[in-house]
Amino acid sequence: MSPDAVGQYGAGDAIRIDVNRDGTITPMRARVLVVDDDPALAEMLGIVLRSEGFLPSFVADGERALAAFRDSRPDIVLLDLMLPGMSGIDVARAIRGESGVPIVMLTAKSDTVDVVLGLESGADDYVVKPFKPKELVARVRARLRRGEDVAPELLTIGPPENQITIDVPAHTVSRNGEEVKLTPLEFDLLVALARKPRQVFTREVLLEQVWGYRHAADTRLVNVHVQRLRAKIEPDPERPEIILTVRGVGYKAGTG
Amino acid sequence: MTSSPTVTGSSPSSRRRRAVRESWHGLLGWFARLFGGLHRAWRRSLQLRVVTITLVVSSLLVGGFAYLIADKITNILLENAKSDVLMRLQNGQDYSAKQLSLYSTPQEAQLQETIEGTVNYLAGGDPQQTNGVVVALTADRYTGVIEARSSSDVEYQALISRELRAAVADGNVAHQIRTGRLTGDRTKYLVYGSPVPTRFGQLELYYLVPLDRQDATAADARATVVATGVALVLLLGLLAALVTRLVVTPVRVAARTAQRLSAGLLDQRMVVDGEDDLALLAASFNQMATNLQRQILRLEEMSRLQRRFTSDVSHELRTPLTTVRMAADLIFAERDEFDPAVARSAELLQAELDRFEELLTDLLEISRFDAGFAMLDAEPTDLVPMVHRVADRLAGLAERVGVELVLDVPSTPVIAEVDPRRVERVLRNLVGNAVEHGERRPVHITLGIDQTAVAITVRDHGVGLKPGEEKLVFNRFWRADPSRARQTGGTGLGLSISLEDARLHGGWLEAWGAPGQGAQFRLTLPARAGDRLTTSPLRLVPADAVLPFGGPRDGGPSAIGVGTGADLATAVPVTDLAGAGSGAWSTSVVAASVTTSAPRRQPGRNPSADVSVSDHTPDGGPQGGPTPAGTAGRAEVGS
Repeated sequence: MSPDAVGQYGAGDAIRIDVNRDGTITPMRARVLVVDDDPALAEMLGIVLRSEGFLPSFVADGERALAAFRDSRPDIVLLDLMLPGMSGIDVARAIRGESGVPIVMLTAKSDTVDVVLGLESGADDYVVKPFKPKELVARVRARLRRGEDVAPELLTIGPPENQITIDVPAHTVSRNGEEVKLTPLEFDLLVALARKPRQVFTREVLLEQVWGYRHAADTRLVNVHVQRLRAKIEPDPERPEIILTVRGVGYKAGTG
Repeated sequence: MTSSPTVTGSSPSSRRRRAVRESWHGLLGWFARLFGGLHRAWRRSLQLRVVTITLVVSSLLVGGFAYLIADKITNILLENAKSDVLMRLQNGQDYSAKQLSLYSTPQEAQLQETIEGTVNYLAGGDPQQTNGVVVALTADRYTGVIEARSSSDVEYQALISRELRAAVADGNVAHQIRTGRLTGDRTKYLVYGSPVPTRFGQLELYYLVPLDRQDATAADARATVVATGVALVLLLGLLAALVTRLVVTPVRVAARTAQRLSAGLLDQRMVVDGEDDLALLAASFNQMATNLQRQILRLEEMSRLQRRFTSDVSHELRTPLTTVRMAADLIFAERDEFDPAVARSAELLQAELDRFEELLTDLLEISRFDAGFAMLDAEPTDLVPMVHRVADRLAGLAERVGVELVLDVPSTPVIAEVDPRRVERVLRNLVGNAVEHGERRPVHITLGIDQTAVAITVRDHGVGLKPGEEKLVFNRFWRADPSRARQTGGTGLGLSISLEDARLHGGWLEAWGAPGQGAQFRLTLPARAGDRLTTSPLRLVPADAVLPFGGPRDGGPSAIGVGTGADLATAVPVTDLAGAGSGAWSTSVVAASVTTSAPRRQPGRNPSADVSVSDHTPDGGPQGGPTPAGTAGRAEVGS
């Protein structure tokens, strides 16, 4: 297996404005880093992504994934979980260590352990192989679709002593004046809950609003990300005060 | 015993009787307990059994021997005494005969004195030193003429029995053992009598010899024998206990070790000590344990490899399949530009890829169950929206094949601790199957709950299942009728996976079916994960089912109906046709329309109440849907 075989699809394209096949305009071609060791799949992914107006770049092993990530500064990462060298889980963790860029896992395993492990290591979403091209593109688009509503909006939730302030257009979150680093997905999740405090969101509704799934998919996505979010903003994640669980229903934002 | 005020007035005798009865019962109970305890100990302890048997058998043997020995000793002592006395008697007889030979008639003057002298001589003088031996010379034939004389002044007459007298009188030497009181204590006497011939006739000489010394000796011997015997028996018992202990202890150790082994502590071994049989037992045991351990580890390793293999196959097959899938999608999207044959090929490729994917997914799922790798990811879940979701998803298919989906779910949330992905998969499967086999007749989905369990039944009115098929449907790759056209192209693994999913929850998935009456599948899950199911809130056999033999419809009456009763949907809805028989199904269906969205707006109501096919549709909306009058009216129509 030669990783270089896919090098011909590397990013080098300088076009910043492009017309998609369906006529819509993507102001900037979104850069996609594909981390996959299977050359045929990588090539196929390249064909599909290109035809959908993305700008893919490729890396075939985990060891070089982080370097490639720094070089290509992608807008989204497609990450195979089983990689030679460094595993996909470690790659996700490493990328999360320095960036909140969306990560979509490509996994052959749909077992809870694998999926949850991947999500906990920092992935925002996952697609189980074999996936359909449309499904993948929809997931990628959903992860990239953000920053559309830029109306000034300042949200606050949580008990008074642990007030969380969200500046929506600036994409910043602070607890008691201290800024908290959130990934875009965690930010979206928090905003979705904070916009309607006291309303209980079922996992299905959150999947639709935050992840863009039309049909309820895997509620583990929600559970894992709520845990990650709590770990960042709750004073005591074991006894949450800001994002509350409503047993048997879902989650809601806690208010003072 | 407590006595209430009214009882105090009763007679004391009745109270005493009762007390006696109670204490008797108490005693009986105590004995029963004791006996039970002994019985248990007897059954459980090999040592106890061996020791008891040894004690009993050795007691019998030793007792027998002791008796024989004591008897022999007594006999020997007696014989010795007899021969002794006999000798003296003969001497005495000779002497007496000699002394009395001087007299020719009994009336002679000196005779009495001679008798006296003879007796005294024979007794050996001082009565104190004769060891209690009494010598008597009597003359039974000359009573009144000759006076009987004895060596000491005691009532010896009573000791000489009539038979002995008669025997001696007949001229025999005879003897007898008699017990009597001559001086002080009662003593056994050996009484020897011998005739003494004289010139005028016969006198009788008697020796009364006390046997107290012989008795004492015999008693001593007996005591010794008994003591020895008891000691021997006890020693034997002790020996048996020790020997069995020697054997039983390693056996017990082996049993304990075996228990530990079976509990999973595979490195447990016995101590091999020496080269005897028990060491052989220990060595063989250890060898067995080692082999077992090796086998188990090998199997575990194989299972691990199997799981690993499953996982690897999963990855290795899925990655190229993803590429193929994407390529096929691209080709499929462009099929309009190809010539018809290639375009059709692209369609076939696409469709078969779907099937291939499903099959692969199902196979991997099954192998995951087989490897024991499936895990339950339970969380409190509301099943009502799930049922609606499944119905919505399958609405398209149902519409295509002309099947109406009828939902009967409570309006309140039905929350159970389940793995939502798995339960939804089971539901999709059941409803999908029902739609596929629905024969353009309605499919009923009912959700029920009670305190401990939730249940979902999916009923179709298709061709139904033949007897025995309700078990077969869960077999892998089983097809009811291979020749039938398939609409959904299932993999043949769906129900097997569903069954495994139900089992993983500790739940049940059961099927009922009758030819011409359709089939009903019931999924029952415990409301709390890990609980044991005992009953299901819904019945497996639908109320409208016509049973050929009128046999029981379900596991028991407790499994029928709804536990809480009040506000929940039950299996009642379709009872209207019970009297009409199965034929009504085929005639009353006019049209089928999909009304699955109705229940969402009108939860719990009969979703098709306003549709023209309502002739037989369930009206048992639980929350006061159609009125009882409606039910009655419809029942009239049905019957």
